[in-house]
Amino acid sequence: MLKYIRQFLHRPSGLIGTIMLAVVVIAAVFAPWIAPYNPYERVQVQASDILAPPDSAHLLGRDDAGKDVFSQLIYGARVSLLVGFTASFVSMFIGTTVGLISGFYGGKVDNFLMRIVDFLLVIPDLPLALVIIAVWGRGLWKIIFVISILGWTYTARLVRSQTLSIKERQFVLRARAIGANNLRIIVRHVLPQVIPLIIAQAVLDISASILAESSLSFLGLGDPTLVTWGNMLNFAFERAISRQAWWFLLPPGFAILWVSMALILMGSTLEEIVNPRIKSHHLFNPRRMVSLVLPVPPESTPVPAIPTAQEDS
Amino acid sequence: MVNAAPAATKKTSDGDKEVLVSVRGLKKHFPITAGIIVQRQVGAVKAVDGVSFDIIKGETLGLVGESGCGKSTTGRTLLQLYKPTEGSVVFEGRELTTMQSEDLRKMRRRMQMIFQDPFASLNPRMSVGRIVSEPLRIHKTITSKREQQEYVEHLLEKVGLNPYFVNRYPHEFSGGQRQRIGVARALALEPSFIVADEPISALDVSIQAQVVNLLEELQDELNLTYLFIAHDLSMVRHICDRVAVMYLGKIVELADSDELYDNPLHPYTQALLSAVPVPDPLVEERRQRVILTGDVPSPANPPTGCNFNTRCPVRFDLCYEEPDPELIEFSPGHWVACHRT
Repeated sequence: MLKYIRQFLHRPSGLIGTIMLAVVVIAAVFAPWIAPYNPYERVQVQASDILAPPDSAHLLGRDDAGKDVFSQLIYGARVSLLVGFTASFVSMFIGTTVGLISGFYGGKVDNFLMRIVDFLLVIPDLPLALVIIAVWGRGLWKIIFVISILGWTYTARLVRSQTLSIKERQFVLRARAIGANNLRIIVRHVLPQVIPLIIAQAVLDISASILAESSLSFLGLGDPTLVTWGNMLNFAFERAISRQAWWFLLPPGFAILWVSMALILMGSTLEEIVNPRIKSHHLFNPRRMVSLVLPVPPESTPVPAIPTAQEDS
Repeated sequence: MVNAAPAATKKTSDGDKEVLVSVRGLKKHFPITAGIIVQRQVGAVKAVDGVSFDIIKGETLGLVGESGCGKSTTGRTLLQLYKPTEGSVVFEGRELTTMQSEDLRKMRRRMQMIFQDPFASLNPRMSVGRIVSEPLRIHKTITSKREQQEYVEHLLEKVGLNPYFVNRYPHEFSGGQRQRIGVARALALEPSFIVADEPISALDVSIQAQVVNLLEELQDELNLTYLFIAHDLSMVRHICDRVAVMYLGKIVELADSDELYDNPLHPYTQALLSAVPVPDPLVEERRQRVILTGDVPSPANPPTGCNFNTRCPVRFDLCYEEPDPELIEFSPGHWVACHRT
């Protein structure tokens, strides 16, 4: 495990992604100390404070209620990360389990599970989420729950299709020949082949969950008592664009982009490490490529140039 | 079973030799289904259709035949990797076909398999050490990590690999090295019986000899019994004590390998042997070849009468009128299924 972490941090993309995500995580955890104002406090506002442009006291200006945008951005990271990670973790877990069982056992089990998936897939997510939230009431954990139970179907399909192909591969038959039981074959032989796919899917799913949360917020079914990037974006869409208050619109959008970038960088690096075949491919070896491209430095005599070239290969 | 009688009497002809595996009337039919919601069976691919033979302890039995004649399916069904449709397999005195899956799992310690394609049969995500030691962890024969490591290194050395390779992944090896990894894994549980399913046909000719020699050395050293599935007839003669020839899911001829090669009785065996090139230009020039026309009939729809009557060069009326000929003992230890004999 430690070996993997070291490998991960030795890659530029892994390191940059980790730092980018760490910035957001630190901002979220230490929000009360970092943010100059508490966005949950009531403030006295004057007409000039409404959508005031950035100044030294308010780095990113103020919103339509005269509150500091920078502080909202930092507090917003808390909700967005919580929703994104929790919801996608739950949906990945359900999706992977269902996909593995469905693909591996096939037959009636597969049929039954896939009909549930079909049922959830044909209903548009957002209206269904709206109905559930409308009936059930608002709340952060209810939103997380709704996003995760609606988000696993695609993962399940993906994992199932991959499982169907993997279970026919010869090393699975071989595992059976040495006496491995089904659980072992699924966990040791099928799951590791699916993991890169799950990681890639999880990365996308985290940003999708963050977006789903903001969509619900936009439609008035989010938690109105919370400051989230989604809420901010939607307020900005409604009220700030006509006033050209870019400082209210751009930061939350940029924050979502930042988190997605961080996750994509981390995800692709993880995949490189987990999948040894990508790792060994010569195109993924930067040093090798450089040695091919760089010209041999001119020497006074051509003879010593040959041993250096041999050393490289 | 149709073929039960000849195989049973073989024990006497082999004298006091101990029978390790005894296969009787083994059948494996893969269903062909139709329909989208309600699936119904419309036919069956008779991949293995009533095969009987014995494997004597310590010998190598070759199983040869064209592609698609059911050789690999026979091997896999024998090891219960496919559930047989019919028939019985007795291994070390125990019936495998009716065994509960947990008991069967334990029996797998005694019988192992080497696969044809060394590129597909190793999990690409597992290091060599984990691949070779996996059977130990499954059957909990060696539980201490350190002992496992030592044992794996010992096995790698035994199959001619550098023990230093334990932490490498399969894609870092050549075909021959991977096949050695496969052999090491099959040996990990010290089995008595190994089904080698075309272990050399995916390898370069120069590597084939190495792997075959390795298998022979291990056989002598560990007293192994092999079912050696192949389509390279010269290699089979080299390694096998007895050879069974399969055609369309059935055994058509079974004999000691020298007897089979010198005196083939079944026209199919004769055709196969005539296809083997002789490394002597003078002989090669005068060699009479029996050239079979057409393809192997579909095992989903075998011909009526003798299975071979669509391609047989010496067919006559009886081959169409009579049902498929049974395997009979033509001379001691030489079994053949043909109306001509």
